[in-house]
Amino acid sequence: FCTLVKILCVSGWLQPCDLPSPQFTRDTLKGHSRPESSSRSAFLDQRDTLWMRSAGAWRDAGLYGLLDEITNSAEEVPRFLAVGSACVLALLRWASSFHGSLFPHLTLSSDEMVAEFSQMLDWSDSALRSFAWHPHTDKFAVALLDDSIRIYKSNSSATPTLKHRCQRSVCALQWKPLCGSALAVACQSCLLIWHVDPTSLSTRPSSGCAQVLSHPGHSPITSIAWSPTGSLLVSASPVDTAMMVWDVAAESAVPLQRVGGGGVTYLSWSPDGSRLLAATPSALFRVWETRMWTCERWPCLKGSCQVRKLRKLSITVFELMYAFIYFFKLTFFSQTSWDPRGERLAVLLKGDSQAVNHPSVIAVFKTRSSPVFELLPCGFVMGEAGAEPRFMQFHPHFQHGALLTVCWSDGRISHVPFYFSSAGLLGGDSPQQALASNTADHSSNKLYTEQIS
Amino acid sequence: MFSLKQNSWFIRKVVIWRAVASIAWSVLLLPVTAAVFVLLSRFSLFHPIQWISDCTSLLAASSTVFSLVVLCGVVLITGFFNLEFYTLVPAIPCSRMALLGTVLHPRQCVHSLVYCTMGMLVMWCASVTIGGRYSTLGTPCRQSESGEVVTCLNEYHLFILLAGAFMGYSHSFLGVVQNMYYVSFQPIQQYKYPRFKGCLPMVVKCSVIQALYSARNFAAFYFFFGYAPKTWISSTLNLQIDSSIQPLDSLTGLLDFSLLYHLSISGTFLYLTWYLTVLLFRICVTEAYSFPVQSTFTEDAEQSLPKVLAEKNTLVMKFLALQDLALLSHHSLSRRLEVFSLSQPGGHAHNWNAISRECLSLLSELTQRLVAHQDAVASNGRVKSQSASSDTRSASSSSSVVSGTEDIAETPRLSVPLRTPGSVFKSSVGGANNALTAPFTPDVNSPFSSPAIRRLVGQQDRQSPCFGTEQSPHIMRRGPKLWSASTESQSSGSPPASPATVPSPPAASQKPSFLAQWLQNRREQLPEASSQALFADSQAHIWALQGLSHLVAASFSEDQFGVVQTTLPNVLSCLVVLLEAVDRHFKLPHASSKPVRTICSMGDSTYKTLRFALRAALKTAIYKITTTFGEHLNAVNISTEHRKRLQQFLEFKD
Repeated sequence: FCTLVKILCVSGWLQPCDLPSPQFTRDTLKGHSRPESSSRSAFLDQRDTLWMRSAGAWRDAGLYGLLDEITNSAEEVPRFLAVGSACVLALLRWASSFHGSLFPHLTLSSDEMVAEFSQMLDWSDSALRSFAWHPHTDKFAVALLDDSIRIYKSNSSATPTLKHRCQRSVCALQWKPLCGSALAVACQSCLLIWHVDPTSLSTRPSSGCAQVLSHPGHSPITSIAWSPTGSLLVSASPVDTAMMVWDVAAESAVPLQRVGGGGVTYLSWSPDGSRLLAATPSALFRVWETRMWTCERWPCLKGSCQVRKLRKLSITVFELMYAFIYFFKLTFFSQTSWDPRGERLAVLLKGDSQAVNHPSVIAVFKTRSSPVFELLPCGFVMGEAGAEPRFMQFHPHFQHGALLTVCWSDGRISHVPFYFSSAGLLGGDSPQQALASNTADHSSNKLYTEQIS
Repeated sequence: MFSLKQNSWFIRKVVIWRAVASIAWSVLLLPVTAAVFVLLSRFSLFHPIQWISDCTSLLAASSTVFSLVVLCGVVLITGFFNLEFYTLVPAIPCSRMALLGTVLHPRQCVHSLVYCTMGMLVMWCASVTIGGRYSTLGTPCRQSESGEVVTCLNEYHLFILLAGAFMGYSHSFLGVVQNMYYVSFQPIQQYKYPRFKGCLPMVVKCSVIQALYSARNFAAFYFFFGYAPKTWISSTLNLQIDSSIQPLDSLTGLLDFSLLYHLSISGTFLYLTWYLTVLLFRICVTEAYSFPVQSTFTEDAEQSLPKVLAEKNTLVMKFLALQDLALLSHHSLSRRLEVFSLSQPGGHAHNWNAISRECLSLLSELTQRLVAHQDAVASNGRVKSQSASSDTRSASSSSSVVSGTEDIAETPRLSVPLRTPGSVFKSSVGGANNALTAPFTPDVNSPFSSPAIRRLVGQQDRQSPCFGTEQSPHIMRRGPKLWSASTESQSSGSPPASPATVPSPPAASQKPSFLAQWLQNRREQLPEASSQALFADSQAHIWALQGLSHLVAASFSEDQFGVVQTTLPNVLSCLVVLLEAVDRHFKLPHASSKPVRTICSMGDSTYKTLRFALRAALKTAIYKITTTFGEHLNAVNISTEHRKRLQQFLEFKD
């Protein structure tokens, strides 16, 4: 099965058309020197009144901070208050540590959590934080270490830079489908929707162009997904068991809560918009159907029994695709990307950071979905010496085949074209449309559990 | 007065039953909330076993059962009010005066009165349930001088009852201010139970917060004015006032933790009962309804989607039909094929023609409304002519079936000066917007548009040096009040173009009275209110856009007979014209400013952002069509300007 047909070693890049391939180094981008809370040590300690300190603690760190402050200033407050708050604090800590032992990711700090669940490998160390192609035009957005976002277009030298006060620790980017301008940004504390006028020549759009969407308890946001029709945006946070379905124009959200799993880390719509995959930090994921928004749980049992069970269910290709991608992602692949025609599958194999010649590498497979699902190894994509792939995405509408864009560890973004003529679809419609038509009539298309029962 | 008489099959067969279902659910929920209330009201930390046993015995007591029956009555009345008052198009008062008018309207007064009574009833039940010192109005007490036992006024009971009345009034008042009866539709479809479950924490939070606010306000109110009702009650009912007990309208009397706790707990219970009823009603009434695309039998013909879409009098049916259209265009292949099908004998595309005609007329009606508004708006972003004159109004309301809300819905359009083409105005008055009427919603400015007041304000206007000067917009802009100056002149009938005919006022001989100035300030437009009012019913337009664009895009592969192709130029030009009007509207000041987000209130403020949603839906609709058809659009017969605009969309430059 694992015969390598061709090894595609890319050293001198074959650049298709004139897509910009910028490079960013860590030195030129200055990240935040220190978070706000740690800047306190730079100032002299000043004794405020207890009220002021309590108010400050409440504002900075919420209930925890307030209780902590009261406990620490035991000599100024009545004894029963100090003892009471110490007890409550201990109780809270015990409860949260119990909760954390159930879901270990909850003990991480916000930044660590973003790094853990980001699609970008080695997120905290990378100069590139996130990357997104526009679904319809030759335009992409890159989030950088210094929390700015740059937008590159083909045939244009103008690269707008987006900066916003709330734009911290960008974890995901996605352009709105069926729209020329809107870009959703998942930040540490909120969700930003930038409206970047494609015709404007300005290089620094003001922060007035951004909508800030936030919901209490819903941060950090690690994954966002626009519905393929562009009408809804779904966001997920590993600390929130609810995922938010946003009506962006109205700035209102409908929380969809399901207990279990401890949060939602990754979201992905099916190409026809009828299903939504929501992965949790634990061994569980859900598939939502998007007509009435009901879901079913798929526990990820180890190994092949699940795959066998899937095969028995005669499910559609899309679902098999997702199941497949998800299982392998859980085991040893860190990232998979399917080209929009459904003919190439790129898999990012995570290397071993301890071993010397065991770098991360991208393996490319040829896929075919009809008459039976086939997966043929096609080759590897490797970078320059010392550069490892961190993120990859297929260009959404490359004319002559498929175009894989890779973000490397040295801060370079490069484009790897695959020239081929579509095998089974000369003159036919694309497999994605075929996939879409499989699941077009949702009313007759039930969830799998309903099908078996 | 009640909509039941003139109603269509939809109200009779669907809406009524949905309302009944929602009321039934709220009645079923009542014992649960009552039990929680009992548990909380009798809470004692140190005697848990006694607390539980007390509560269980209380729940089985006859007084509790009687209270539950009374509460059921309250829920029934609340549900009935929900059904009668609910509106899909919010009433947006365009000035403070209009808001004041709404609050003081007789219908609203009746509403407040009923809610005060219901609040007192609920609070009476609550006080009986809590028992102890709250249970009765009269308590035996010993007179200090004579030593004999007489009946005294129990001030705690009175306090709780008055709090109920206060909360009832504030609920009714906030219902107007926050548009409590406005029912909005969710962006996604959910089954009723998950939706209720999702909304429940929000409702509980809202009722707790509202109860705390009301408790605070009532305590302050009672502190200042509590003496009056106390003496009145004691003198009418011939009850003594026990002087040995600390009176409650004093600082020490009010700083009673247990009293405040019980007040907020019962307030929360009161609000929760009402809010749950409202929530259940909203959930039930906005549930999607599936209309058949074509009817098999002639007697069902009026229930088919094309017929229902053309219906103008039953707004809720029209909205649900449009929602159904958007859903079917998106989710259901088989129903789309029915839309694209041809009639069996004759081969006409009746379904598609009727649906597209209805959607396009809805959209072009919005376009005309926007254009008329833009014509009317002065450069400073305010409506030039407040022609809320009673003659126009009476003319329009006499032509309509139900006058109630129409005036509100009409307010932005009434502000269109009469020089705009009469057809536009007429059509918007007599057209679909009659359907925007829900009976009972109060008439906004009628009490305040009396000629006397207008004369009062107008008098001052005559003194302004540039009265009626349409020629000098600069001056108008400089003086912030002058816009209404020219307004008054226009609406009172003097021709604006001939300032010479106006008798020159005795300059500065008389100062404007304070009242006149105050009134005029109140009459100034609230910023962005007119913009919100213009788009108040835009949820219908959004669905029309979604449905139309998805159907057109689907027709690319699914339309076997090419029925959509014939209307494609119409659809495209209608969308582009609407886009131009919307773009121009957003260039007005205040139109693109975002409303302040309310933190937690039961009132739905979705209508405040409908214009943004409409703009986004419009662009998405055009993109949907252009990306599907691509270069084929060049073959469609549309004008050059529109083609140029569509080219921008093809290149994703918009």
